[in-house]
Amino acid sequence: MLPASLIFLCIVIAPIFISGYYSTLEWDGIGKGVFIGLENYKNLFFGDRNIFYGAIWNSLLLAALSVFIQLPIAFMFARLLAGGIAGEGFFRTVYFIPVIVSTVVIGQMWLKIYNPQYGLLNQFLESIGLGNWKQQWLGNKDIALGAVFVPLLWQYVGYHILLFYAGIKTVPQELIEAARIDGASHLRITFNIVVPYIVSIIEICVILAVIGSLKTFDLIYVITGGGPLHATEVPTTLMFNTLFHRVNYGSGSAMAIFIILECLILTLVIRYIFGRLSYDN
Amino acid sequence: MIISSSVSISTQRAFPWKKNLILLLLVAFAIIQVYPFLWLVLFSFKSNSEIFGGNIAGFPQSWLWGNYSDAFFGGKVGLYLFNSVVVTGITIFITLFTACMAAYAITRMRWKLSKPVMVLFLLGMMIPLHATLLPLFLIFSKINLLNTYWCLILPYVGFGLPIAVFILSGFMKNIPLAMEESAFIDGASVYRSFFLIILPIVKPAMATVAIFTFLGSWNELMFAITFISKQQMRTLTVGLQSMVGQYATQWGPIGAGLVIGTIPTIIIYSIISKQVQNSLTTAGAVKG
Repeated sequence: MLPASLIFLCIVIAPIFISGYYSTLEWDGIGKGVFIGLENYKNLFFGDRNIFYGAIWNSLLLAALSVFIQLPIAFMFARLLAGGIAGEGFFRTVYFIPVIVSTVVIGQMWLKIYNPQYGLLNQFLESIGLGNWKQQWLGNKDIALGAVFVPLLWQYVGYHILLFYAGIKTVPQELIEAARIDGASHLRITFNIVVPYIVSIIEICVILAVIGSLKTFDLIYVITGGGPLHATEVPTTLMFNTLFHRVNYGSGSAMAIFIILECLILTLVIRYIFGRLSYDN
Repeated sequence: MIISSSVSISTQRAFPWKKNLILLLLVAFAIIQVYPFLWLVLFSFKSNSEIFGGNIAGFPQSWLWGNYSDAFFGGKVGLYLFNSVVVTGITIFITLFTACMAAYAITRMRWKLSKPVMVLFLLGMMIPLHATLLPLFLIFSKINLLNTYWCLILPYVGFGLPIAVFILSGFMKNIPLAMEESAFIDGASVYRSFFLIILPIVKPAMATVAIFTFLGSWNELMFAITFISKQQMRTLTVGLQSMVGQYATQWGPIGAGLVIGTIPTIIIYSIISKQVQNSLTTAGAVKG
């Protein structure tokens, strides 16, 4: 008992409070920090606001795309898979591959896919006669964000497919059979029987998708590092750059604390919404 | 028997296009999920002149195995691989060992703080690791732990523990108390019953924990780039990042390095894909 609690307290819990303390300092890492109260938070929200708000906006946009595009796609494929098709296990295994591969590998691979001259994407466009669609996918600040989102959504779609699949498999077959005999269409069965039955799984997927989006770091760090001109910045990359490139420990720590609170609050909000949903039903 | 098979044939005949459409969709999606990796493997065997000469998507004209030895020795991917194996191995061992003991204490022993401790671990699952980055960096630098294996192992264990404890204690709760009681009556000590009765039974749960601990620490990037600056100590994720910088425009060795870094994961996955899927979805479900 003791070793686990000790490691956990020292490595996870204590640093959170230390971060909270740092966030009240003006400190560039040299010498001692000066206590300035909530000044760092004030600067984040009311000071040089564009970059920080932009970063929050980007992560919220990612969360929305994840919930409203990635999850429905995942659900659709899970439903198709669970409907008893040849090679169920094979497809599941294949869809899951990107989930287990290191984000660094995924990121570097997509950097090559997006390479303006020799990348797979531009070459493909050229070969099907859409050469004028070719882009500097990651260099153009208007499309870089979209270009970064694609691999993010692509990597984890298999994860949600598997969660949904496991959920759909728990729906009693008799229920579906009975509805089918009563003449219910595939779509009706899906929305009136399957979806209500797996609400708790849907809730888990939504929480994972939202929190995962708010915490996303690796892939964006590898692909763009937040650039060009902060176009793909999210709170975590901004925090990282503030801490270790601009060496502003106070402001970076304030962002860290913000990220924790943001995740906590949104988890509670999602829980509340789903609580109401199942109450209404 | 005859009737049921004829029914299934007739329903298949009724909707062959539907079945085929679904299959087509599934196959198309599988290609989207896998083709990029295939492309990566293909270009890892090519020379620059071939890639930049127009053969980007096709098979290599000559398979350049040299790219792999370049990446392994010149790009030091072999060294990074070794470091990752050490860090991940020790992380898994310590996580399993301490989490088993903690779960045992929480589920099997009566003491005042058992509930609050569990709640604390549960809260720990929701904490993003970003918030601990700077404090850990400063603490590790003060006690000269940066650029050692331990500065990665400790946080990986710390963040792996909550889910590990949760899954293991959920599993231990279902072991009938009677089994242990009879052991105690026969004169076994707590430790003996822990090692000889509990551990063998929770093996499947331990496999679950081991797999997600493996993936978590093998693929972790943020702590690794912050805490490790010496080349000698780099793990795969940081190492691959620096290798890409080193080879800049030479796609072949870069691709080879990325493939080498992925092979261990793929090997494990191809042997026990089912357990890997279960492990990650269990961990995810617990988190959500």
